[in-house]
Amino acid sequence: MSSFVLFTISGLGLAGLYFLLASGLSLIFGLMSVLNLAHGAFFAAGGYAAWFVMDSFDGVSPGLRFVIAVIAASLVGAAAGALVERGLIRKLYGRHTEQILLTIGLGTAAVALMGGWFTYDPRLLEQPRWFVDTTEIAGANIPNNRLLILAVAIVLFIALMTFLTRTKHGLIIRAGVENPSMVRALGIDVARSFTIVFALGGLLAGIGGALGAVFFNGISPALGTTQLIFAFIVVVIGGLGSIPGTALASVLVALTQVYVNNYGASGMGSISVVILLAAVLLIRPQGLLGRVQP
Amino acid sequence: MRRRVIWAIVIALLAVAPFIPIGVPGLFTGPIQSPGTLQVLAVGLVFAGLAMSYDVIFGYTGLLSFGHALPFALGVYGTNLLMDPIGLNYPLAVPVAVVGVVVVSGILGSVALRTTGVAFAMVTLAFAEAFSLLVLTDPLRFLGGEEGLTLASDQVPDIFRGVLNLKYIYWLALLFALIVLVVASRVVSSRAGRVFEAIRENEARVEMLGLHPFQFKLASFLISSGLAGLGGAVYLLVVRGANVGTTTAEFTLSILVMVVLGGAGKLWGAAIGGFIYGILTLRLSAVATSEAIEGLPNWLSGPLSEPLFFLGVLFVLLMLFAPGGISSILSRARPVRSA
Amino acid sequence: MTAVSISSLEVHRGEAHVIHDVSFEVPEKGVTALLGRNGVGKTTTLLAIMGLLPATGSILVGGKEFVGMPTHRIAQTGVGYVPEDREVFSTLTVGENLRLAERSGVKPRYDLVFDLFPDLRGRTGQDAGTLSGGQQQMLSIGRALLNPASLLLIDEPTKGLAPRVVEDVVEALVKATADATVVLVEQNLWVAAQLAQKAVVLDQGMVVFAGDMETLANDPDLAGKHLGVEVR
Repeated sequence: MSSFVLFTISGLGLAGLYFLLASGLSLIFGLMSVLNLAHGAFFAAGGYAAWFVMDSFDGVSPGLRFVIAVIAASLVGAAAGALVERGLIRKLYGRHTEQILLTIGLGTAAVALMGGWFTYDPRLLEQPRWFVDTTEIAGANIPNNRLLILAVAIVLFIALMTFLTRTKHGLIIRAGVENPSMVRALGIDVARSFTIVFALGGLLAGIGGALGAVFFNGISPALGTTQLIFAFIVVVIGGLGSIPGTALASVLVALTQVYVNNYGASGMGSISVVILLAAVLLIRPQGLLGRVQP
Repeated sequence: MRRRVIWAIVIALLAVAPFIPIGVPGLFTGPIQSPGTLQVLAVGLVFAGLAMSYDVIFGYTGLLSFGHALPFALGVYGTNLLMDPIGLNYPLAVPVAVVGVVVVSGILGSVALRTTGVAFAMVTLAFAEAFSLLVLTDPLRFLGGEEGLTLASDQVPDIFRGVLNLKYIYWLALLFALIVLVVASRVVSSRAGRVFEAIRENEARVEMLGLHPFQFKLASFLISSGLAGLGGAVYLLVVRGANVGTTTAEFTLSILVMVVLGGAGKLWGAAIGGFIYGILTLRLSAVATSEAIEGLPNWLSGPLSEPLFFLGVLFVLLMLFAPGGISSILSRARPVRSA
Repeated sequence: MTAVSISSLEVHRGEAHVIHDVSFEVPEKGVTALLGRNGVGKTTTLLAIMGLLPATGSILVGGKEFVGMPTHRIAQTGVGYVPEDREVFSTLTVGENLRLAERSGVKPRYDLVFDLFPDLRGRTGQDAGTLSGGQQQMLSIGRALLNPASLLLIDEPTKGLAPRVVEDVVEALVKATADATVVLVEQNLWVAAQLAQKAVVLDQGMVVFAGDMETLANDPDLAGKHLGVEVR
C-alpha cells in the first residue's frame, strides 16, 4: 500500500513534467499547425539555466536559489521560444512541413550545442535539504521534491486555464486554434499571438526543465528530446489543441508508465504507453478530448 | 535521354569502384579500392537506397513518417536473429526478414494511418521509439541491449566474410541501391504512384474521385517499409552487426535529413542526399577533431566538435534558403531545356 | 457617393481562376446584393475584399486600397464580416465570441446586438457550438455589428435555416442594415429583394448585370437568365 502511494505521487509528478512540455506543444500546434521538435531543447535549456543558477550563486540560501533558478529557467525558455518564432518560424509562414523540418534541425543543433558546452554527462542540480526529506502520506514516505513538482504543475495548469479563459490573449489563442482566419477577420493580428504561444510554450518547457533536473536527478542535453517523445504521445492521446485533454493524458500516460515499470516488467512502462496510444487511436482517432477536424 | 546517360555513367563508375587505385584526398583516407573507403561508400549506398525508400512515402505520398528507422532496424535485427538463434542462412533469412517487416508495418501502418498529418508523424515516432526502448532495455535478453548484436557470420556465405571480400559487400550495397531505384521509380510512375502524388496534393479530391486514400497510403507505407527492411539486411553485413543506433528517433531524423538534403519528391535527389549524408557523417567527425578547431576557445570548439551541430545548422539554413534541397539547386543551375 | 469601388479584380483559389476582371461599385448607405448561380465567385469576392484570398486589381473602400492589406487591418478600418457557414467559435461561449470582436478604443454596442437578437441575451454563458443554426447565425451577425461598421459584408445569412427562422433573421437584418453600407451575398432572391436596393450579378466570374434590385426582381426573364431561378 505504501509503495502504491509512493508510485502514484511519483507518477503524478512525472505527469506534471509531461504536462509542462506537452501543453506548449499542443497550443503551438493548435494555433499554428507547427509541430515544434525543438521543444525538447527548450526543456533542456531551462534545466541548464537552473543548474547554472544553483551552481554559481553560492552566497544565496539553497531555497531562495531554487526559486531564482526556476525563474531563470522560465525566462530562458520564454526567450528561446520567442526568438525561434520571430527569427526562424515566421520566415516560413504558411509552409508547415518546412517549419517542422526547420525545428528538427534546430533541435538537433541545440542539443549538440549544449552537448558541446556542458558535455553529455548529466549535471547534478544542488537541491535544498528540504527537497530530499520525506513527508509521510498514508504510510508512505514521499520525497518532498515529488510533492513540489506536483504542486507547481497543478498551479501552472490552473494559471494556464485562467489565462486561456479569462484574458483577451487567451481568447484569441483559443479562437485561433479553432479558426485563425475568422480571428483575423475580426481585426485581430493573430501573428502576434504566435509569438506569445511560442514564448508561453518555451516558458512552460523551461520550468519543466528546471523541475525535470530535480526529478531525474540531473540534466543532460538529450533529456528534453527523450521526454518530448512522451509529450507527443500525451498530446495525441489528449487531443491536439485541448489543454484539459493534455492534462488528462499526462496523468494517464505517466501513471501507466510508473505502474507497469514497478508492478509489471521493468522497462516495459514506455512500451505499454505506446500500446495505450495505439488503443486510443483505434477507439478515438481524434484523441480523448480532441475535436474531429471539420 | 541525357539523364539516362548520366545514370549509366554514375552506375558504371560505382560498379568499378573496387578497382580504382586512386584516392580522393581530403575526402577518403585511402584509395577508393581500399577496404576502408569501400566500406564508407557501401554505407553511402545503403543510405542512398534507404533515402529513396523514404522518399516514396514522404516525398511522393506526402506522409510525414517519423518512424522510418523502424523497418530498417527491423531488417537489421530480424535478419540477424533469423540467422542466430533460428539458424537460417543469410540468403534465406533476408527474404523472410523482409516479409516480416512488411507484415509488422502492415499492422502498425493500419493503426497509424487512422491519423493524418502531424498526428501521423507523432504516432509513427512513438511506434519506432517503442521498438528502440525494447531493444535498449531488452527484457527478454535476446536483442543485445546497448551493446547490440554481432553479425551471425556462420550463416553468411563466404564471399561476404572477411576484410578482403569487402568488395562483394560493396557490390551488394550497390545492388540494393539499384533495386530500390528500379522498384521505387516503377512504383512512382505507375498509376498507383500518381494516386500517391494526388494524395499529397489534395487528399479530399482523391476521395471525391471515388478512390480510397487509406489503401493507397497503406500500400505506399508497405512498399517503403519493405525496401527499408531490405536495406537493413544489407546494412547488417556492411557494419557487421546490429546496433541500437539504427532504431532511434535520431536515426529517423537522419533519414529525413538525407531526403530533404537531396530534395524530397525526386528519387535521384534522395539518392544523392543519402549518399552524401553517409559519407559526410563519417567525414564530419574527422573535421570535428581537426587541429584548427581544437585551437579555438572552449565555448566555440565544444559545439564545433559536434557533427550534429553542423548538421542541424545546415538543415536550418537549407530550410530557410533552399527548401527544395540539393536537387533543386542543381535543377535551378541547369539550363531549362533539359527539364 | 461610392463606398466600394472594385476594378479589374482577379482572384485565384488554388489552381482555379475564379474571378476574371470584375469591376463594380457599391453606393454608400444601402444594401447591394451580389447575386449569381452557385460557384460563380460571390463568396470568393467577399473573401478577396476581406483579404482572406490573395487578389490583384483594385478594391477601394473609403479611399483605402484593400488589395495587399492584411486581413486584420482591413477589419480595423471598420469592415464587419459575416462569413458563409457563420464560423462562430464553437468552443467559446456566446459572450466570449462577442468579447473577441471588441476593439480597443471603440465602444462595443452590446445593447444594439441584444435588442436585435434578444435570444442571445440569456445565452452568453453557453458554448456557441451548442446553439441552433439560427442562433449561430444571429451570433455571427451580432459579432459583426458589435462595432460601428463602415462596411458590412454578409454572406448567405439564410443558408440552411428553417423558413420561420429566415423571417426572423431577415427582420433583424432590415433593422440592422437600415443605416449601413452592405454587400450581401444571397441565393434566395426573395430575401435579396427584401433587403437590397441595388444588385450586381456575376456569371462565370464576370459581371453580367449591375443596377436596381427592383429591375431585376420584376423582370422574370432577366432573373431567370442570370440566376437560373423562377421569381416567386
